[in-house]
Amino acid sequence: MSPILFELLLRSIWETVLMTAASGLISLVFGLPLGLALVATDRGGIAESLWVNRALGAVINGFRSVPFIILLVALIPVTRLIVGTSIGTWAAIVPLSIAATPYYARIAEVSLREVDHGLIEAARAMGGNRWTIIREVLVPEALPGIVAGFTVTLVTLIGASAMAGAIGAGGLGDLAIRYGYQRFETSVMIAVVIVLIILVCGIQWAGDRLVARLDRRG
Amino acid sequence: MNQHFTAPAEATDQPRATPQDVVRLVDLKRRFGATPALDGVSLTVRKGEILGIIGRSGAGKSTLIRCLNGLERPDSGEVFIEGREISRLGERDLQPLRRRIGMIFQHFNLLSAKTVEDNVALPLKIEGRPKAERLQRAAELLDLVGLSEKAKAYPASLSGGQKQRVGIARALAARPALLLSDEATSALDPETTRSILALLKDINRQLGLTILLITHEMEVIRSIADRVAVIDAGRIVEEGPAWSVFAEPRSDITRSLLGAIRPQLPAELAGRLLPSAGTETILRVDVAGEAARGPLLSDLAAAVPGPFRLVHGGIDHIQQQPVGTLFLAVPGSEAGHLADVITFLKARQARVEVLGHVANSV
Repeated sequence: MSPILFELLLRSIWETVLMTAASGLISLVFGLPLGLALVATDRGGIAESLWVNRALGAVINGFRSVPFIILLVALIPVTRLIVGTSIGTWAAIVPLSIAATPYYARIAEVSLREVDHGLIEAARAMGGNRWTIIREVLVPEALPGIVAGFTVTLVTLIGASAMAGAIGAGGLGDLAIRYGYQRFETSVMIAVVIVLIILVCGIQWAGDRLVARLDRRG
Repeated sequence: MNQHFTAPAEATDQPRATPQDVVRLVDLKRRFGATPALDGVSLTVRKGEILGIIGRSGAGKSTLIRCLNGLERPDSGEVFIEGREISRLGERDLQPLRRRIGMIFQHFNLLSAKTVEDNVALPLKIEGRPKAERLQRAAELLDLVGLSEKAKAYPASLSGGQKQRVGIARALAARPALLLSDEATSALDPETTRSILALLKDINRQLGLTILLITHEMEVIRSIADRVAVIDAGRIVEEGPAWSVFAEPRSDITRSLLGAIRPQLPAELAGRLLPSAGTETILRVDVAGEAARGPLLSDLAAAVPGPFRLVHGGIDHIQQQPVGTLFLAVPGSEAGHLADVITFLKARQARVEVLGHVANSV
């Protein structure tokens, strides 16, 4: 591989990491409260409101049913509104975040729903309000699942970010298509795949370690 | 409702409020769909006493106890806690009230992500107490329940009995006026159950804490309850001092719940009972209080000439009151000696029941 290609590879790695990290963070910040809202507003939840629950569920399902490549294009006006441009790495972060947030919300919802109802009742019996229940019971008890789900979301985002090459976002996927596939640079293709494997394994390993440390359920 | 009170009962429909009543329930009703879980429950819990509510599963116990801290709302009726009606309070008004009421659970409900001391300190954290005070109180309470060395451990590493001790410490953290126990020993083995019940009794005595517990095990009532209320199909069918209900159960449900811990005629003998005519008559003799304290059997032997045999039975002590059930075999099946035995026993305040006759002596 030529030094120029190597430099390209490094830049692509950085772009992929940037897209994954930024959209991962955004999906965590919005997806976790959304997951909490789904659990809290459901039947028997701490803020039961079936009307809100169904509306939220419908919006989430709507976003989740659109294939990412279509979302990428369909969201161009929104992206332009937020970032000022529809081309480039930062522009890709908008559709990536919008796709990953409902995805992560559903994963967080599953973990939160598994928290034993008896624990919520115990907190209520102690005189705790909803905020106490969220802060002292739901989130800490579901934390291993919340972290494991975030790991899954990050890995999914690495895959999705490859498609963002379609709007000139760069990244490893874009490199592999343009150099590895269209210019028959097999070595670039192999290098990209190796880097992706290392990235995914690294994220999964770190996530698993963190979950093991957090899980006190014995 | 059968009243067991030995003191002359006042002629009022509803229990009268006194400052001594920590809890007063008036005609509580709650239904789930078509089935009533509570069907007109009136009950008082006096300051410093342990009231046990016993019933089979599905009798309405859980709904009842959950009405006391507003986790469940009655459809109608009133719930007074320390004189204040709470059944129609909003969630926000219930929160400070719930801090006056500790609760322990069948499955402990400890937070797995928090250490033992943080679990115990949680009610104080909810109250907004400073951290130093919380940890000091947690240490005090862990000392009280004998788990000081587990302060930094996580609940997953504790045994069932230890978990319930942590649950008790947590329930006491905010210095409640009332402790609710929701089948707190039902998930524990008999030995651990005894130690947890002894701890509850200790706390009741030392701190003067009022305890209301629900259970399906008569053994729990027997060990620690001062008064017992029997609930069946959402109604209190019997209520009174524990020893008096044990001595004189008036409803079938109470008798059947008592069956597990009161002496029963051995099955082998029961199978041989004939409705009439035999060489011996089997009597069931229930005695309690004064009647059980005296030398009943030797007096019987002295007063009524002729033999009788003790087949089975014994004297139990409930709240320091002797409560006994004896099974006697008396020769004959007609008047004469048998009638004399029965007359003597009845004169001594014993309840006598002729169970049947056996052809050959056992």
